[in-house]
Amino acid sequence: MAKQIQVSGLDAYYGSNKAIEDISMTIEPRSVTAFIGPSGCGKSTFLRTLNRMHEVIPGARVEGKVMLDADDLYAPGVDPVSVRRTIGMVFQRPNPFPTMSIYENVAAGLRLNGRISKARADEIVERSLKGANLWNEVKDRLNKPGAGLSGGQQQRLCIARAIAVQPQVLLMDEPCSALDPISTLAIEDLIAELKDEFTIVIVTHNMQQAARVSDRTAFFNLAAQGQPGKLVEMDETTNMFTNPSEKATEDYITGRFG
Amino acid sequence: MTATLKTRQGGPATSRPAVRRSRADKPFRHLTAAAGVVLLAIMAAIAVFLIAEAIPALYANEGSFLTELIWTPNNSPPAFGIGALAFGTLMSSFLALIMAVPVAVGVALFITHYAPRKLAGALGYIVDLLAAVPSVVYGLWGVIFLVPFMQGPSEFLNEYLGFIPLFSADQVVGRSMLTASIVLAIMILPIIAAISREVFLQVPRMNEEAALALGATRWEMIRMAVLPFGRPGVVSASMLGLGRAMGETIAVALIFPATFDITFGVLGPSGNSIAANIALGFAEAGEVGRGALIASGLVLFIITLLVNMAARMIVVGRSGARK
Repeated sequence: MAKQIQVSGLDAYYGSNKAIEDISMTIEPRSVTAFIGPSGCGKSTFLRTLNRMHEVIPGARVEGKVMLDADDLYAPGVDPVSVRRTIGMVFQRPNPFPTMSIYENVAAGLRLNGRISKARADEIVERSLKGANLWNEVKDRLNKPGAGLSGGQQQRLCIARAIAVQPQVLLMDEPCSALDPISTLAIEDLIAELKDEFTIVIVTHNMQQAARVSDRTAFFNLAAQGQPGKLVEMDETTNMFTNPSEKATEDYITGRFG
Repeated sequence: MTATLKTRQGGPATSRPAVRRSRADKPFRHLTAAAGVVLLAIMAAIAVFLIAEAIPALYANEGSFLTELIWTPNNSPPAFGIGALAFGTLMSSFLALIMAVPVAVGVALFITHYAPRKLAGALGYIVDLLAAVPSVVYGLWGVIFLVPFMQGPSEFLNEYLGFIPLFSADQVVGRSMLTASIVLAIMILPIIAAISREVFLQVPRMNEEAALALGATRWEMIRMAVLPFGRPGVVSASMLGLGRAMGETIAVALIFPATFDITFGVLGPSGNSIAANIALGFAEAGEVGRGALIASGLVLFIITLLVNMAARMIVVGRSGARK
């Protein structure tokens, strides 16, 4: 189910403003890759180029190559909609659909792929909610609005919604930044379980979190305000945090800037 | 909502001692309470006046006010019934609503989600301008252009869809219920489109992105995130439009043939409405005639009230289920 992502020479723009420059990296399947770096270094922008969500912003565009196993995501004729069905995303703030029940939220993506039977939908909703460690908390109130859950539960609902369509890759854009420590812990445990099935990429501002959950870490930085963000280095997480090869990485991790 | 919270937290009011704040609040509270009371008093005075004026005419009425299909309050004995007028008002307004809402929602969606930014700005401006055009202009356009123009299409509808009761008619004319409804639809379209556009702009960006990230096409995203979120607002906008259509006077008075019958066929020479009848009849009305028209005005008032209450119940029912 999980696939490898290979990025080469990727630039992303907002209008004429270059946000990230010349990024190349390999993201391994069935592992957690963390992106860290100071604000404005383009890690979220880069994450959004991986499922072609970057281009939904007016004027935004991407140059370069992103390969999902053997498929070029930016090849001409590739439909961004089909890319997004393969690569799921969880956002910074929990964003369940406010008009939908818990059940409908999880089933929202299923309906996009055509009609499925009620029994099949029930089964997938249950499996996804179990996969997101939310089933026991909500199984008696599946028809209640998703917006009535706590923030941490809402974020796990969003994860359930994302994994219900069985993507190859799961992108997470600071999924815990709006949550309290206990909810954060629940999500981190969940990430550790999900990596058996999915390729996971997580953007985080919290370096302890990167150290706790990820197998590999990529450090992004920008030369100065207004300059495009670049990938400084990428390595095994243990190496990055104990023995980084770049001075800038060490300075950032030890809290000397950023 | 967020803006209010910000000013409350950041504003100087909260940092002042509580005593001073309550002293400053007092006159303001009385002022707002007085404004509310005055409004209610005016409403009550109008209602009392209308009822007092209408009662003598209703007593003098020889026919049944609810079922009689004639309007001759100035004859002796006077006879008049509200049935045909109320029917015409509701029929023309609902037809107008059915025609206007889909187009208005389409216009609003196009402006908010499909059009390039510059075009969207220009279109939004035009819609706002159209909403401000006086209704008599639409009425004149209806009489001078649309009435002759509708003859052909009406005959076409009658010939090929005549088996549907709506389009069956012994005689097909341009000055019909259909033409009046179209004029009403065009009249209320801009206001519905303008409000719907505002509502669709309020849809949280993060909900739209959630739908897109699930692999929704733009239309699927609109169905998943935009329309459900905007539904109460669109219902409110439609009710505002419906209210305007039911109360519309001059535009339909110019077009309706001013008959007093109830027929579901919209192509024939029949049709009237309460407001149009008041406009056309008030000048020549005698004592009883005036009372009869005022009674019909009361009925219009009640119908509008009922429709608005029904709409509010729909909106509350939906958002109530959400919480």
